[in-house]
Amino acid sequence: MLRFVAKRLLSGAITIWFIATATFFAMHAVPGDPLSDEMAVNPEIRRNLEIRYGFDKPLMTQYAVFMGNILRGDFGISFTQQNRRVNDIIRAHFPVSAILGVLALLIAAIGGVVWGALTARYRERWPDYVITLLVMLAISVPSFVFAALAQWLVVGLNAWAGHTVLPVAGWGSPAHMVMPALVLGLGTMAYITRLTRSSMLEVASQDFMTTARAKGLSETRVFFRHQLRNALLPVVTILGPAVAAITTGGFVVELIFAIPGLGRYFVQAVQQLDYTVIMGTTVFYGAFLVIMVLLVDLLYGLLDPRIRLR
Amino acid sequence: MRTFRGGPILLRWLLSCFLITTIHAAGAAAVDAEAQQITLSLATEPPTLNSLRSTDQISSFVLSHVMEGLMRYDARGDLVGGVAERWELREDGATFWLRDDARWSDGRPVTAADFVFAWRRALEPTTASQYAFILYPIANAEAVNRGEKPLDALGVQALGAHRLEVQFARPTTYFLSLTAFMTYYPIREDFFRAQGERYAADAHNLLFNGPFTLSRWVHSAHLTLSKNPEYWGRGEIALQTIDLPYITSDPSATFNLFKNGDIAMAALDVETLDDALERGYPIHQFQSGSLFFLSFNFREGRLTGNYHLRKAIQYALDPDVLVNQVIGLPGVQPGRSLFPRTVRALDGRFRDHFPAPLLRPDLDKAQWHLQQALGELGLKQIPPLVFLTGEHPRAGREAEYVQYVLRQALGIDLKIDRQTFKQRIERMSRGDFDIVSAAWGPDFDDAITFGDLFSSWNENNRGLYRNPEYDRWVRVAMESGDDAVRMNAMAELQRIVVEDVPILPLYESAMLYVTHPRLLGLERSIFGGDPVLRYVRIRD
Amino acid sequence: MTAAVDFQPLERAPRAELPSQPAPSLWQAAWRRLKRNPRALMGGWAIILMAAFTVLGPWVWQVDPGAQAPARASLGPQAGYWAQVVTDEAWQPAPLQAPEPLTLVVDEANTARVRLRWTALPAAEGYRLFRHERMPRSATDLGLPLAELSPAETAYEDKLRLRARDYVYTLQAMLPEGGERQVRVQVRPGHAITSYEAKLQGLLAIGEPVAVEQLYLPAHPLGTDHLGRDMLARLMEGARTSLFIGLLAPLLFVGLGSVYGALAALLGGAWDDWMMRFADFIVALPFLLFVILIRIAFGIGPGESGILALVVAMVMLGWPTSARLVRAQVLQLREQGFVEAARLSGAGYGYLVVRHLLPNVSAIILVALSFAVPQAIFTEAFLSFIGMGVTPPTASWGAMANDGMQTLFNHPQQLLLPSLLISITVLAFNALGDALRDELDVRAGERL
Repeated sequence: MLRFVAKRLLSGAITIWFIATATFFAMHAVPGDPLSDEMAVNPEIRRNLEIRYGFDKPLMTQYAVFMGNILRGDFGISFTQQNRRVNDIIRAHFPVSAILGVLALLIAAIGGVVWGALTARYRERWPDYVITLLVMLAISVPSFVFAALAQWLVVGLNAWAGHTVLPVAGWGSPAHMVMPALVLGLGTMAYITRLTRSSMLEVASQDFMTTARAKGLSETRVFFRHQLRNALLPVVTILGPAVAAITTGGFVVELIFAIPGLGRYFVQAVQQLDYTVIMGTTVFYGAFLVIMVLLVDLLYGLLDPRIRLR
Repeated sequence: MRTFRGGPILLRWLLSCFLITTIHAAGAAAVDAEAQQITLSLATEPPTLNSLRSTDQISSFVLSHVMEGLMRYDARGDLVGGVAERWELREDGATFWLRDDARWSDGRPVTAADFVFAWRRALEPTTASQYAFILYPIANAEAVNRGEKPLDALGVQALGAHRLEVQFARPTTYFLSLTAFMTYYPIREDFFRAQGERYAADAHNLLFNGPFTLSRWVHSAHLTLSKNPEYWGRGEIALQTIDLPYITSDPSATFNLFKNGDIAMAALDVETLDDALERGYPIHQFQSGSLFFLSFNFREGRLTGNYHLRKAIQYALDPDVLVNQVIGLPGVQPGRSLFPRTVRALDGRFRDHFPAPLLRPDLDKAQWHLQQALGELGLKQIPPLVFLTGEHPRAGREAEYVQYVLRQALGIDLKIDRQTFKQRIERMSRGDFDIVSAAWGPDFDDAITFGDLFSSWNENNRGLYRNPEYDRWVRVAMESGDDAVRMNAMAELQRIVVEDVPILPLYESAMLYVTHPRLLGLERSIFGGDPVLRYVRIRD
Repeated sequence: MTAAVDFQPLERAPRAELPSQPAPSLWQAAWRRLKRNPRALMGGWAIILMAAFTVLGPWVWQVDPGAQAPARASLGPQAGYWAQVVTDEAWQPAPLQAPEPLTLVVDEANTARVRLRWTALPAAEGYRLFRHERMPRSATDLGLPLAELSPAETAYEDKLRLRARDYVYTLQAMLPEGGERQVRVQVRPGHAITSYEAKLQGLLAIGEPVAVEQLYLPAHPLGTDHLGRDMLARLMEGARTSLFIGLLAPLLFVGLGSVYGALAALLGGAWDDWMMRFADFIVALPFLLFVILIRIAFGIGPGESGILALVVAMVMLGWPTSARLVRAQVLQLREQGFVEAARLSGAGYGYLVVRHLLPNVSAIILVALSFAVPQAIFTEAFLSFIGMGVTPPTASWGAMANDGMQTLFNHPQQLLLPSLLISITVLAFNALGDALRDELDVRAGERL
């Protein structure tokens, strides 16, 4: 077990190095000058800017410096937010994205498993058809449409109730999180629903189900103890990647609901060619993803004793 | 790596964030008469509140409320004394007498030395301030900025605590308006040095001398400005708190917040405008004074250097149709001149004194000029032209419209080159375009802020337009100490732009917005931070 | 009692052919079952219809998707009509003479322009002109603030997005000390087109005098977009872009991934280890972030649509999923009885790959493909939404939905129509993928 974790951490470190290197060179391959701005400046000022950010050195030196700093856990100072360290930006805004992401994932996982179990239980009957239709709808409508509609609904709801039932936008209280988390979790919920349904059906045809029934167990017990429990395994495997997808994919939701998350920073940074923020956020998210996948694997081992961690 | 040891740290972050965010929950009412509090939203986080380095409108809005320069704009947009109580403007320089009662937010007096320090600091080459050029009318400023002269060579001295002497590099009739700009704000040396690299990083790394202080700055989430008890003019400030708990650039999100009674003001776009009309909200208009234009490339080998080709494009494109049908916001004015209608001169509006020559679109004339151009260039057909533009949806729309007009009217194939911000700037400065869409907003209250844009030495003349006649009139406008002479020179610049078409003005920007009915005294300002909340009072 | 005959020989009939066929192959069996699967049928038909819309559509509805008519922007479905041709002559309004001060009159009213004049009010410090689409309900509900005018101005020409509907103009004269007076007039402009617009649209010849008084403006069965382009034609053009990206990118990356995965499995050992380790690296890259980064790094030249950059980005990042699937499948197949049996009966390596591995793996590839298509269409839509997709004037459903977002509540059809097509396509491919997975009995979908 310990060896497994150590080995995975080592390969995780290599993965992160790979991400950092790929990001560094991809970023430098992007045409455009990170120090330029709408207003032109005279060459002397430009040269001073270059010195400030170390652009006067050759690319490989810059790479070495970057890597050295990353090893020390220092991502440097943002180009566009000139007084802020990237570490501070991540520290301040990642938790927001993370809370939102965890909530969205909870909604998605619980909702997805319940709907999925329902569709499997009532296979080829009307609850199955209705839920499947809704799931298809949720999968096929882009999240930005949902976000705009959700906000519009909240305004309508508040106007109808005569007071603020749910805040329209902003961040700060649990109530602020409801709508964004719901919108963010919707796609994943639909996906988990489908996954649960198919894996429930697969489990249903297994021999141990017949055995359980033959032992005289009640249908409810068979359903929960055997079918649902076993069907959850594949769901667990996708939680890791789903966390990452949700936390990085929250950009639109963050923008529309005025949430100070990290997603906005990355998209903005790419558009502004803010090298340090791009580096910081990708490496951080890469590390986050690696850890999440590792955690899920450990969790998987606990849930399914057949799988031994090597 | 720090992120690796992560588990407990991660947990701590999550917890701390949860605590922080639940303590100051966003969402007070839009206006509160009892507390004299107003809630608004911001489009983006202010990129930096270091007045030496700020360049954008959001920072300018915040800074204009927490800081004060020698001069400031009043409710009507006229210049009045800020920290300066009296002043004297001469051809060769200016003298400012500072108020005795002007204080920093820690209670210490604002002195002439604070201005000298800030101005030198802005020009210091290592500061790399983009707006350093705005200090260039001061003697030796340009040489100091290029590192050719020491900082103390700058033509500004503190004579005692309350008198500031400025020497000019050339007569500058509009110098007073410059001193209202953010790069001219004072900074106190001891505080600045104590902060080091952290200066302006957070609310407590700043010192204020304006009507408000920045009492909270949760990055990208929440800013709060509170009335500054040390401000000399505190008696006339009714507003106690400006709360900015929402940061979003999405226009419908902003309007939804307004509809829900969360914020006291919202800008409208075409979509939200109809909703606002349907609800019967009174709608206000603000001419924000920026000019949007097409800039032609005059570099060697570019067809756009041909006079007749530019003329053909000028006659083919009707700014009126662009403004009325494509943009569709009332108040946006078709571009007819280098100088927007809002530019002021000689106690009035520049364009009232010097009306822009009216040029009617004429597809037949456009064709004639096109034939001339083809003849001169020895071509049978104009090859495709590259049209460089930005990624904003509106920019995309306008580009598509221009492309369609040139195709239909002149048979010219326009290749749209839509680039993200830095890539567009890169291509602009390298000259990789035939036509580029650009915009210019005025920094101070004088026509020269537009007039010198296309002089051969201006760094923002991205098309490298070279016209000795244009340069000559710019020199007159810059060097004369007589405003009548200067404005006549500007009128010549206006004529050249219509006749020779170095750029094609498209439109002058405007904003539509709605405000809370109990909000009184909100002013809009073209220069020096917008909107202006200094005069706001919340009615019961 | 007649002798009970229990059994009687039947007449010898010609022997019927036994309903026997050679055992159906995997594909024949799957095809038969697919034909009976309602989801597969639905998905298949939807895809065929979508293909017909894309390929045959422009042939039936021959309208230039790029033809603009800004004066007819953002309209709902509508029939063609005749419009009066208005020439663009300068207007020098004479001061209005009327017995009553502050009388507001309409000189001309059509969708090209509404010309208003009023009598000067000597005390006025200025005028404000408003336009509403209904009668104002209160003193502040005056509508669109068209202009703020000086006391010297007593006429105004309104050209702002006029439609053939009722308008109420309110003129507010600002009096000293905050006083004001209002007058109101209601008009309904008639259909018109300026000669400038008509020439641009090719309805009138450039360089010739305007000879006609009326022009017929064409119908738009699904309305127009924000630049007055025909929605139906745009949707067909967008279909080409979106389906091109949505099919090409998955074909490429699933193909690449399959070859890579199969190769890793067949080579085995250290090769397998290193190849899969590299795939893991790619998977670890944050997908959306890198698509954006690669798309910008790849660069889009002037006039290019940006389709290529998008495809490259998706291919570079998309392949590892299918590589993993195919590798796992091949490894599993190698150990299976029928492969063993074939090998024992002397089958060669090439025969094994072609006859046994390929058919069995192709099922999983097909499923992977059907799930990758919606993902690619979505990625394109999302990137177009954040302004990183195809460049204008290229139409794609994502770009159209993005444009439509800005008029979500005023002109919902501009968002709904492209979104509907995205949804139908995504749904169809998902349904087909589901059905394929069930009928081909592969456990693929769950990792996609």
